[in-house]
Amino acid sequence: MLKTRVMPCLLLKESKLVKTIEFKNPNYIGDPINAVMIYNEKEVDELVFLDITATVNNQKPSFKIIQEIATECFMPFTYGGGINNTQDMKTIFGLGVEKIAINSYAVENPTFITEAAKIFGSQSIVASIDVKRTEGGSYRVFTRSGSKNTGLDPVKCARTVETLGAGEILLTSIDKDGTMLGYDTNIIREVAEAVNIPIIACGGAGRIEDFGKAVAAGASAVAAGSLFVYHGPAKGVLINFPSRESLIGILK
Amino acid sequence: MIIDFGMGNLGSIQNMLKKIGVRAAISSDHGVIASAEKLILPGVGSFDQAVANLNALNLMTLLNEKVLKEKIQLLGVCLGMQLLTRRSEEGSMPGLNWIDAVAVKFRFENEKLRVPHMGWNTVEIAKTDDPLFEGFSDDPRFYFVHSYYVKCDYESDILTTTDYGVRFCSSVVKDNIRGVQFHPEKSHKFGMKLLRNFADL
Repeated sequence: MLKTRVMPCLLLKESKLVKTIEFKNPNYIGDPINAVMIYNEKEVDELVFLDITATVNNQKPSFKIIQEIATECFMPFTYGGGINNTQDMKTIFGLGVEKIAINSYAVENPTFITEAAKIFGSQSIVASIDVKRTEGGSYRVFTRSGSKNTGLDPVKCARTVETLGAGEILLTSIDKDGTMLGYDTNIIREVAEAVNIPIIACGGAGRIEDFGKAVAAGASAVAAGSLFVYHGPAKGVLINFPSRESLIGILK
Repeated sequence: MIIDFGMGNLGSIQNMLKKIGVRAAISSDHGVIASAEKLILPGVGSFDQAVANLNALNLMTLLNEKVLKEKIQLLGVCLGMQLLTRRSEEGSMPGLNWIDAVAVKFRFENEKLRVPHMGWNTVEIAKTDDPLFEGFSDDPRFYFVHSYYVKCDYESDILTTTDYGVRFCSSVVKDNIRGVQFHPEKSHKFGMKLLRNFADL
């Protein structure tokens, strides 16, 4: 039995699929619905979609694209981006989304996690924490698609969101995003040791062997972007997912 | 017919039913439920809230009528399966009491397993002759998210079991009443097959 969940973490910009490097230079990948249909075929464990411009542009989540994705998505679906009230969350859950990731707004208004968890249950609330190494070498939490340094320590932040009622933490390394150079296992280890809720490691996966390293560091689940949308050294766009057999070999 | 009692994720069940060509309405309307051929009782959230919502909508009597007297086929999903029992450790309200069972919390002392049990897991079919699991291969996989599980008084009500620290009952059957702890609507071809089988009952 494969206990570790492996999930594509896909980015939306104006309802188009894009992929960033270090949270910058979004590169157009294609149509999100087409990607969902391919991931259905591949029987992917779970899908995460993050709208990377909703919050920074002060926009509401695009219910239309969320609905289109949910209608085709026959695996658990986490949505994140532009979430700042429970009414929108209710609408999104009603469309057939399992989990909602909250990032900027929760960091700015921590009690929002508690409010959301009370209404929808902790199992449906993912606290998304984006971390970056500062020049001093310490890790800090960044919000608003990586544009704002909150000065917060990710380990403390992880403990806080757990106490507040988050069901999972999506831990993304901004430095590793899109690099395909492997996960930042240091921060995964630090955060995983500090909390009991599952950690989804994200940022840096370049080969399936990287999953094993993230899990060894304490991740309960692994997410990847580039690895599942690009193919080969030239990074040609190809929506793909490794076979179950190869994953079992790595994650058993 | 998917019963809407204000407890989450009905859209995805309807999405999958639509995909496999099964007509389904989402409603809490007594008239609509009364004329339903089959019922799905979904549910995400807390046990007491679910019972309170069923009471507030005056659905208990109608459901008892449909399921116990008319004997129409009913499928409880996730919390909807737990609601089929007498009660749950999660709350203090009585359940539908259609299955002789209680819902209990996962407790792990020695094992480092996280709660909720969240993710894909296999089910072992205990009752191989039940049509709900007809035509499944050796180890069907389903997506689970739950902190409580159903503990049956009688082994004869256990339809499948799943291992997560303990071997627990992952689906039940008693006459026309069935419940699954996992989410078929999020379990790819396995879930489609299961819902297809339910529609064909």
